[in-house]
Amino acid sequence: MEISVWRGSLLLISAVLCAPLLIVVSHLFIPEVSAWQHLRSTVLADYVANSLTLTLGVGIGTLLIGSVTAWCMTHYEFAARRILRWSLLLPLAMPAYIIAYTYTGMLDVAGPVQQLLREWFNVNYGDYYFPEIRSLPAAILLMSLVLYPYVYILARTAFSEQSQRMREVSSLHGRTSASHFWQVSLPLARPALFTGAALAMMEALADYGTVHYFGINTFTTGIFRSWYAMGNRNVATQLAAILCLFVLLVLVFEQHSRQKLRFYQQGAKQQSNQRDALVGWKSALVSFLCALPVILGFVIPVVQLLWWSASQYEQLWARDFVDLITTTFSLGILTAVLVVVIAIVFSYQQRWSASSLSRWQLRLLSLGYAIPGMVIAVGVLIMLGWGDAQLNHLSHTLTGDYVGLVLSGTAVALILAYCIRFLSIALQNTESGMMRISPAIDDAASTLGAGKFRLLAKIHTPLLRASVISAALLVFVDVLKELPATLVLRPFNVNTLAVRAYELASDERLIDAALPAITIVLVGLIPIVVLTKALDKGYS
Amino acid sequence: MKLISMLLVATTTLSGFAASNAVAQSDEVVNVYSARKEALIKPLLDQFTESTGIEVNLVTGNADALISRMQSEGQFSPVDILLTTDAGRLVRAQEAGLTQAIQLDVLTQGVPAHLRDEAGHWYALTKRARPLMINPNKVDKADLTSIFDLAKPHYKDQICVRSSSNIYNQSMVAALVLDAGKDKVENWAEAVVDNMARSPKGGDRDQIKAVAAGQCSIAIANTYYLAGMLSSDDPTEKAQAEQVEVVWTDQDSFGTHINISGAAVAKHAPNKDAALQLMAFMITPESQQWYAQQNHEYPVLEGVEWSPLMQAFGEFKPQSVSLKAVGKGNAQALMLMDRAGWK
Repeated sequence: MEISVWRGSLLLISAVLCAPLLIVVSHLFIPEVSAWQHLRSTVLADYVANSLTLTLGVGIGTLLIGSVTAWCMTHYEFAARRILRWSLLLPLAMPAYIIAYTYTGMLDVAGPVQQLLREWFNVNYGDYYFPEIRSLPAAILLMSLVLYPYVYILARTAFSEQSQRMREVSSLHGRTSASHFWQVSLPLARPALFTGAALAMMEALADYGTVHYFGINTFTTGIFRSWYAMGNRNVATQLAAILCLFVLLVLVFEQHSRQKLRFYQQGAKQQSNQRDALVGWKSALVSFLCALPVILGFVIPVVQLLWWSASQYEQLWARDFVDLITTTFSLGILTAVLVVVIAIVFSYQQRWSASSLSRWQLRLLSLGYAIPGMVIAVGVLIMLGWGDAQLNHLSHTLTGDYVGLVLSGTAVALILAYCIRFLSIALQNTESGMMRISPAIDDAASTLGAGKFRLLAKIHTPLLRASVISAALLVFVDVLKELPATLVLRPFNVNTLAVRAYELASDERLIDAALPAITIVLVGLIPIVVLTKALDKGYS
Repeated sequence: MKLISMLLVATTTLSGFAASNAVAQSDEVVNVYSARKEALIKPLLDQFTESTGIEVNLVTGNADALISRMQSEGQFSPVDILLTTDAGRLVRAQEAGLTQAIQLDVLTQGVPAHLRDEAGHWYALTKRARPLMINPNKVDKADLTSIFDLAKPHYKDQICVRSSSNIYNQSMVAALVLDAGKDKVENWAEAVVDNMARSPKGGDRDQIKAVAAGQCSIAIANTYYLAGMLSSDDPTEKAQAEQVEVVWTDQDSFGTHINISGAAVAKHAPNKDAALQLMAFMITPESQQWYAQQNHEYPVLEGVEWSPLMQAFGEFKPQSVSLKAVGKGNAQALMLMDRAGWK
């Protein structure tokens, strides 16, 4: 009895979370022949090519930056290590669209850098070579610079948990450190690395702010374009549905590759890893390599933003600005807690009854992360609009009065959209956390007579502490940065920092946008500091 | 424990929104969905509240997103007024059955007929002109009397203009099609794409800056962006803007393209009286003056003084095609630009 209530409520939650996406996908079956002919003969090839290049590029870029830095941090002692221990996560606080605005402000043809070059060397535009900042390669680089922490966090956890004994065995067999990395560590860490890269790639695929600003035509700009300019919501939703299906394929692949590789480690942390001390030029080189992503992805843009906002500092104390911060924080905290609770419950169910149905349920719930926030918002609006109509019908029949819009147009709509969009981040964390808990523990507890709920409360949740903290913080930071869904769904007079920054930047008022932008970044730092402490405590 | 108190604070704050939503149903409020950015409308709405005592609740956002939201909210939608920054979106809202016809003497007398819906579903509040902006050292003004001159082969690699995704370009092309015919405009668009100095990127200010930096010598941009740069606190931006000159095209024929910002009253407006008061307020000489002085947009009301910067750009003959027809031609204009390879 208890179990079926549990099942039923899980099904209900997933139905509510999946419905908006299913509504979106169902648009695939509405025929739009002539619009598609137009797309195919003009822009579709561009969309596909650019989206694929961007996604793969960001995947490779984040894997490279994330795994190299994680490896160095886990295995070597070098000059800058103390600083980098906390600073390598900093770029996580930098939304892709903000780093794009900032670098464009600096490096664009009319920006100060090129202007100085022209003045110093007395040359005109066209007489010298300068890489174009608003281009696909630059977009890949900038996104990799802010998204690599997804790989880094998971890779560092994975590398740290590989027990010291494995390294000892490797060296007993005469393996060099490099060969240990390629043949033992990397394959063992593969599930974690892929998960991190998959998160980064999904974010790249769903990005709108950066590619739009850079003038790169991708699937997401195509969705907005078909919707806005052609006024064709069906075609826009169909493009979004295709994007969903593509993401589903990536996820199936990722899941498949993970299934073949499942490792449990018992007592991995009983011995802390020893790090090789590097000295001289080796220490300097490794310090420089690991510091580079932080400098490019955080220090330079932050200094520029601070410089820009220096002229605006008196607004800091304005009531308006305090309101912005309270609103943004409240939304972030509520969503983070809600999402993490849902994620734990679902990963736990998956552990107990890993049927193919429940696996598909989870995959479907994870889709939200790859879907542009705007599309989720449309699904949520349609669903809640319907819900409100039913509620009003009911209240009219019962009391003769209408209750009005209870669901859409309130914070409920916004938080639901956030849950759909960010559940996958939390799930990735809690799932891989659960996987690392050996089933022997469950067996032992069951043998001693613990029920499922007691097991979850007393054994799993405490063991999952690190995963739960990182899940909650990642969700919090993402809500802080979220833009398109917030724009569409927010109730009257609700503004977030991201909305304010976007409005000003899209009006090409970069300097005015700097204050809310830098605030997003700095506020985003708080959870990152906590996250770093948790990571360090667990695995140093 | 800490977590619980944080949650409490968060919930209290958010239920504050719910409460303000409930207040939104009472008599002394008007609820506005605005595609105009907050900074460009809030001061005016504050003045309205001050002079009438009516509170204004505001949501800003993309026009299409706001229109979708009105659609799904249906008859319970709290919105009274929709503000947009172009005619096409007002036409779209009207065609979706989201607006209602209103008749106010101040509006029908103040807003010229081609700048409003004939039945009164929407009204223009300001005009926005889209001329050429050139580097006078590189381009001969006398050679650029028509927008069609941009197709001349000697302007290869000289033109900077933003993406065809941008609504201002769509409306401009749609209006050109009405005055010059689809075939001529499509050929012109292909030639313009050939003459572009770079693949379209950035906003209107970026095009002006690119002219100043020497990447191109002709930009297409709305005048209030140039005026905004000229009155900027940032000396670099000001210096960049001072290097370009405005060219009013087609003055002997159909005139330079203009678009509007405008407003419509929602079909299910719960506070219709307050909405009408706000509509009337936005057409008063004082409000029109505010737009002209603060945002450098051209007032629709006759006899309102332009800002000194606008006066410096000069008088011009605006295109006078029906904006309703322009709005309806938007999607076709976009497909035309797609075919011409205008990114």
